[in-house]
Amino acid sequence: MHPATSVIAFTSLSGAGYGLLFLIGLGSLLQFSWADSRWVMGVGLFVALALVSIGLLASTQHLRRPERAWRALSQWRSSWLSREGVLALLTFVPAGLLFLTVPLLDGSGWFSLLCALLSLVGAAATVFATAMIYRSLKPIRQWHHPKVVPVYLLLGLGTGACLLTVVLSFHGGVSTMALVGAVVLLAAWAVKWLYWQEIDRDEASASMETATGLGAIGKVRLLEPPHTEENYLLSEMGFRIARKHASKLRHLALGLAAAAVVLLLLTAIVGSGWGAMLIGWAAALLSLGSAALERWLFFAEATHTVTLYYGKAA
Amino acid sequence: MPDGAAPDRPIALSRPPSDEIKTSTCYMCACRCGIRVHLRNGELRYIEGNPDHPVNRGVLCAKGSAGIMNQLSPAKLRKPLKRVGPRGSGDFVEIEWEEALTIAAERLAKIRAEDPRKLAFFTGRDQSQALTGWWASQFGTPNHAAHGGFCSVNMAAAGLYTIGGAFWEFGEPDWEQTKLFLLFGVAEDHDSNPIKIGLARLKERGAKIVSINPVRSGYSAIADEWIGITPGNDGLFVMSLCRELLRAGKVDIDFLAKFSNAPHLVIDAKGTAEHGLIARDQDGRALVWDRAKETAVPFPGDNGLPAMKGRFTLPDGREVVPAFELVARRLDEEAYAPEAVAARCGIAPETIRRLAAELAEAAFDDAPVRDESWEDAWGRQHDKVIGRPVTAHGMRGISAHANGFQTCRAIHILQLLLGAVDRPGAWRYKPPFPRPTPPGQKPTGKPHQVVPGQPLPGPPLGFVTGPEDLLLDAEGKPQRIDKAYSWEAPIAAHGLMHMVITNAWKGDPYPIDTLFFYMANMAWNSSMNTGGMLSMLTDKDPVSGEYKIPFIIYADAFASETVSYADLVLPDTTYLERWDCISLLDRPICDAHAAADAIRQPILTPDRDVRPFQTALLDLGARLGLPGMTNDDGTPRYPGGYADYIVNHERKPGVGPLAGFRGADGKGRGRGAVNPRQLEAYIENGCFWRNEIPEEAQHHRFANQAYLDWATDMGFIETPAPILLQLYSEVQQRFRLAAEGHGKIQPPADLRGRIAKAFDPLPCWYPPLEDETNDDTAYPLRGITQRPMAMYHSWHSQNAWLRQIHAANRLYIPRAVAEAQDIADDDWVWAVSRHGRIKAQVRVMHALNDKTVWTWNAIGKRAGAWGLDPGAPEATRGFLLNHLIDELLPEQGGYRFSNSDPVTGQAAWYDLRLKVVKMSPEEAQDAARPLEPTLSPLPGMSAGPSRLLFKGGKEEAS
Amino acid sequence: MTSLPKEPPAKRLGLVIDLDTCVGCQACVVNCKEWNTGGYPAPLSDLDPYGAAPRGAWLNRVHAFEVEPKEGATQVVHFPKSCLHCEDALCVTVCPTGASYKRQADGIVLVDEDRCMGCGLCAWACPYGAREMDPGVGVMKKCTLCIDRIYNQALPEEERQPACVRTCPASARHFGDLADPQSDVSKLVAERDGMALMPELGYRPTNRYLPPRPRRDGRGADKTKALEPAEPEGGFLSWLDRLLTD
Ligand SMILES: Nc1nc2c(c(=O)[nH]1)N[C@H]1C(S)=C(S)[C@@H](COP(=O)(O)OP(=O)(O)OC[C@H]3O[C@@H](n4cnc5c(=O)[nH]c(N)nc54)[C@H](O)[C@@H]3O)O[C@H]1N2
Ligand SMILES: Nc1nc2c(c(=O)[nH]1)N[C@H]1C(S)=C(S)[C@@H](COP(=O)(O)OP(=O)(O)OC[C@H]3O[C@@H](n4cnc5c(=O)[nH]c(N)nc54)[C@H](O)[C@@H]3O)O[C@H]1N2
Ligand code: SF4
Ligand code: SF4
Ligand code: SF4
Ligand code: SF4
Ligand code: SF4
Ligand SMILES: [Mo]
Repeated sequence: MHPATSVIAFTSLSGAGYGLLFLIGLGSLLQFSWADSRWVMGVGLFVALALVSIGLLASTQHLRRPERAWRALSQWRSSWLSREGVLALLTFVPAGLLFLTVPLLDGSGWFSLLCALLSLVGAAATVFATAMIYRSLKPIRQWHHPKVVPVYLLLGLGTGACLLTVVLSFHGGVSTMALVGAVVLLAAWAVKWLYWQEIDRDEASASMETATGLGAIGKVRLLEPPHTEENYLLSEMGFRIARKHASKLRHLALGLAAAAVVLLLLTAIVGSGWGAMLIGWAAALLSLGSAALERWLFFAEATHTVTLYYGKAA
Repeated sequence: MPDGAAPDRPIALSRPPSDEIKTSTCYMCACRCGIRVHLRNGELRYIEGNPDHPVNRGVLCAKGSAGIMNQLSPAKLRKPLKRVGPRGSGDFVEIEWEEALTIAAERLAKIRAEDPRKLAFFTGRDQSQALTGWWASQFGTPNHAAHGGFCSVNMAAAGLYTIGGAFWEFGEPDWEQTKLFLLFGVAEDHDSNPIKIGLARLKERGAKIVSINPVRSGYSAIADEWIGITPGNDGLFVMSLCRELLRAGKVDIDFLAKFSNAPHLVIDAKGTAEHGLIARDQDGRALVWDRAKETAVPFPGDNGLPAMKGRFTLPDGREVVPAFELVARRLDEEAYAPEAVAARCGIAPETIRRLAAELAEAAFDDAPVRDESWEDAWGRQHDKVIGRPVTAHGMRGISAHANGFQTCRAIHILQLLLGAVDRPGAWRYKPPFPRPTPPGQKPTGKPHQVVPGQPLPGPPLGFVTGPEDLLLDAEGKPQRIDKAYSWEAPIAAHGLMHMVITNAWKGDPYPIDTLFFYMANMAWNSSMNTGGMLSMLTDKDPVSGEYKIPFIIYADAFASETVSYADLVLPDTTYLERWDCISLLDRPICDAHAAADAIRQPILTPDRDVRPFQTALLDLGARLGLPGMTNDDGTPRYPGGYADYIVNHERKPGVGPLAGFRGADGKGRGRGAVNPRQLEAYIENGCFWRNEIPEEAQHHRFANQAYLDWATDMGFIETPAPILLQLYSEVQQRFRLAAEGHGKIQPPADLRGRIAKAFDPLPCWYPPLEDETNDDTAYPLRGITQRPMAMYHSWHSQNAWLRQIHAANRLYIPRAVAEAQDIADDDWVWAVSRHGRIKAQVRVMHALNDKTVWTWNAIGKRAGAWGLDPGAPEATRGFLLNHLIDELLPEQGGYRFSNSDPVTGQAAWYDLRLKVVKMSPEEAQDAARPLEPTLSPLPGMSAGPSRLLFKGGKEEAS
Repeated sequence: MTSLPKEPPAKRLGLVIDLDTCVGCQACVVNCKEWNTGGYPAPLSDLDPYGAAPRGAWLNRVHAFEVEPKEGATQVVHFPKSCLHCEDALCVTVCPTGASYKRQADGIVLVDEDRCMGCGLCAWACPYGAREMDPGVGVMKKCTLCIDRIYNQALPEEERQPACVRTCPASARHFGDLADPQSDVSKLVAERDGMALMPELGYRPTNRYLPPRPRRDGRGADKTKALEPAEPEGGFLSWLDRLLTD
């Protein structure tokens, strides 16, 4: 599948944003010490909302008719894309209110707690919906895969944790958050690693023989494509990445992720302060980078059954 | 919020598709299908097949369905052009029609007054040959022909000389009854839609389709059996089938004895001037041997069947043998045994044997028999109509070889042996065929017939029956610029258009002044040696500084490559903007059951300063004062242009361009007085006319009295005389005798061998001439092209829809070659012939004869032509095989013959020999596709739009 | 609306395509474009139509495949492909705007272009490549089964057929109700073992493909008895005497 920058930016940024929002919500529910800090809550929520908004805007980039984007809210009954949109917007409400309440009342008020709870749920649900958009697409076996959703959730949470670590730099709980981040990232990449093993191993259920129904006669190969020049289907779904190239990028992603984890552990050791902040930053950037790379590969390595009709394996 | 259970959304389902429907005849190719053109808000909305039309019965091919985009094409010529820069530079100025016609008229008037031969007027895929041929003879030049010579004259000539009809467009299989259908070398053919409709019908009926073709695509892909023959060898294959049938006695002797010259007694007198000729009585009637009376009697004889074998002595002592025995002996030769031909053909001997058996079974076991009495032209009564449900059809895969005439004749001989000509289930004639074998019309243009200021006594093209009919001057040199009807191409019934530029440039046999082309892209895909053609067209005489070909007039409708090489360009209308007539005098729309013709009516008015070519030609004729085109007072005979001519012109009394709705009352058919309302009548009838042949006249038409009377009445034949099928070809023998030194007109010494070999009264096969000079190691492969079903020659690269399907062509190479040279799909190779090399991108094909490579014809284009961006795939990745095909054979005895069939002059496109050489990636990067620089845009022509949002006149939804 | 109809549609209109007679002529492709560019989905745009990279929206495309049997020569099969109007049309359920829908009445899958935001998700959801984004107007296009022909009261009865079906010179395309076992198309499917494409994906396409009939190259059942020499001992053409005497 063609890796469109807009979609990659959207999913990885908003993923981190929702992860952050989730953790903040969790923090204030569980009355973590930092949850009282206006600074932490303010900055944290601001960053989360900013990332989510940037992500959403980015996602409208690949619409040919963005002026009709509002219609995407209508089909929540059947469409995960619609659900994602609806959930994303709904989540803005509690998260926004939570942000507004920060200067006024203290975080332990019932209203803030309610907002926190709803934000937390909304964040998780939105990322889940995003993941389900891909998870539900049968023609793309690399997406129609049980590990897609966990990876989306864990990576969102992990990158969110990194961001929160940075925000917490001058407060308590840095180390805890850094450790949480490290653990979640490890989990995320562990699952991702397994995912890669599986998609490499799995046979595509569809073949040129089943796509054409001619398997009963014999082995099928393309003689002539319908038109001699490129078409929408191929530019959109014909994207192919060389195995060698892919595995290079996989290792790079894993490397970045590993580095992020190490840095997080370092932050945990350093604890609060400028040092923590700097290392935290580095960790956050690395984890975001690795997440973006993961997302790019998620598209680049995905093969669509339509390419069977153009002589390429799926 | 909408919901799954909600009722379906309202859609305007019953909007009328259009405000107006007009019928006409398609011209996105030469198949002549009937169309219904829908217009909406003055815009073209939809073109569909006319369900009532006999040719296409409602279907429409890809090309026809893209007619709208032809009309929208930015490549449409806009105004007459006069060359101001050097030839080929595309440096033109737009001029008025008056100026254009004056320039042409003055030049041509001078030629006509001095030496009419100095005008060479050649046309391509047009459907106005009845007009253009007539115009040429009125002008007085013998130098006229249409595309037939480079197309399929082998097919036409072999058929007309053997069975009085031909494949091509002159006949069709009996789709309803045939059981076994042999399709030789056809990818598409002229009858594009009818053949597809027919093949589907065969499939439906469970008849077996066998396709003999090196490539298994298109029709061959759906054939029940594919015979992947090696090109140029069909003659061997067919003669081998004949041999097997003969040896098993599976031959329709009764049919041959009654309707063919098989029983005719052939004189056996080696070394004499009458050896191989048919013995005749004093009244010129062919003799046969009456087995009861044991004496020679005039054909057909009267008691029982005459002798078909044996050796007899005539009263005058001459030894004679029935033609059938000679043919049988030839076919019985070991050289045609399945084992002997297998390797060359690439067909297993047992396959040949099995097919022979299948042919016999289909033809003779439970052949359909109707109890129906009919009388033949010799007065013999027949109480049955016996069917022979086996059919052959062939086209350019057979004819585009230098042995194509004899190969095609061999196929007809197979048909004759099986008695499978114009009988139920067999191949059947389309009116106006059958014609005499050959038709009576002789070519005109002998020295005494070409007189300054005078018309020719007849049409330039015709059918020779012996050396005395050739068009030669006193020294025996060719009389026509294309050397048709000379010893180089004696039976060149359609001329040799592919040689015109070369000969004109050489001034061989003589220099000409003006080359007048119509609808033929001779500076590109319609010429061999395209590169060479371009330099000949632009070559100047070092002394005079004049172009070797002094003046070139060209009539095209689009910005083809050739336009840039003309001195004067006459822009034509599109097929939706003019009157046309698809005439019985030319190539009508008849089918086996009916005589039919058709018209085109102008549906749109041109938005450019263009004129229908035929109208311009008649205007030119009038300006030149050509007899047929001017009244006695010198005024134009057809001031109303082509439409006027279509209605009012009479070729013979009562016979005009259109056979339908003749006579004052419009009820006349075939012959009849002029009907001023004829065109209206056609339009009311859907722009065509069809007249069923009486049921009893629809079989054995070569000898069926009922048919011959009907055909004479319609004006198709002069007299209701029987048409004798020519198993044995006396015409061939006459030329051979001349080559053996008999008669007063004899070929020059250096040509005798060639003629003696190629002219054979018996079925024969010789290797393609190209093979003589090519050893299989240098150029092991054969190179051929195929028609893409969604493109017509060069016509459609300017068509926004069709070009998306074929914007570039690949070279298809067999798996064996790919593996041997480790070439993979998409690799780039050099295709190399003795004549040159060209860059091509490869696709490997398994269902392909392993000695053959092929590509789609005419997809490659010259950069800058056809209103396309110079970076168009047609110019950057597409290629033309023509660059590799030499129009001349390698020198033999100081002379280079044209790359043509020695009998008919048919262009031997498919004799090409080549090899492929893999390119290095770097080479593939920078090696440019040929050679010729980008053509500059023509004046007044704007680049096409960057996007099309065509809605066929649909108004925006409010 | 992009939920699928609750009850299976009363009719299942669709195409049956005969791979045994399709010669790959592309008539259906171009006639489809021609009808539809001025019809329900008007326009079907083309970008760079006269340039270096021409590309446009088409609702029907014809591929060509080679199939290599265990024994015998490789076959070529021309393969037309348009929307198969699936029963479990994921392309419909994924659509966030409600533009894509499957009709209750006849199962036709349509795009309501005024609602389409051009996200392309439905094209991703179609395993068969039957949806194409219009490069000119940025909305999704797909085979409409010529809905503006088949129900069009302004057309004579016999013309209420999809454009591609009417124009196919090889009669390789058949239109009808596949829910009705008595319909001609259902009978064809039954007789000729009509196939569904990629059944393993579970979209339950309505369109069916009739497989190429077995080739008849002497390997199969229908054997002809070999020819026998006619009276070999009797000398050349001796069989003639028998023929001519009786
Ligand atoms: N390699 C190779 N070469 C071949 C062949 C092959 O099989 N292989 N086939 C040969 C054969 S059989 C033929 S018939 C020739 C092609 O026969 P031609 O008739 O020469 O076909 P084109 O040259 O493609 O088209 C001639 C011109 O007709 C113009 N034209 C189209 N419509 C109109 C119209 O309405 N009015 C006018 N005035 N002009 C119009 C087109 O713009 C084009 O420039 O090609 C020959 N060349
Ligand atoms: N769509 C479309 N239709 C056309 C045309 C077009 O350009 N496009 N052109 C029209 C014109 S002008 C003409 S002349 C006709 C030509 O109609 P066709 O005769 O069908 O033209 P070709 O494509 O040359 O087909 C030649 C076929 O013979 C095969 N072949 C080549 N060499 C041999 C051989 O030695 N033996 C055998 N058995 N087969 C061989 C080739 O593989 C090819 O399939 O088509 C007409 N119809
Ligand atoms: S075959 Fe196609 S292009 Fe040729 S006349 Fe018929 S419809 Fe037109
Ligand atoms: S029109 Fe018919 S024969 Fe031609 S490609 Fe389409 S389905 Fe095949
Ligand atoms: S073929 Fe594709 S577009 Fe058509 S209904 Fe099935 S999934 Fe949807
Ligand atoms: S492209 Fe249009 S029809 Fe397809 S899913 Fe998006 S909105 Fe729906
Ligand atoms: S049914 Fe109509 S829209 Fe669908 S492919 Fe055929 S012509 Fe095109
Ligand atoms: Mo031709």
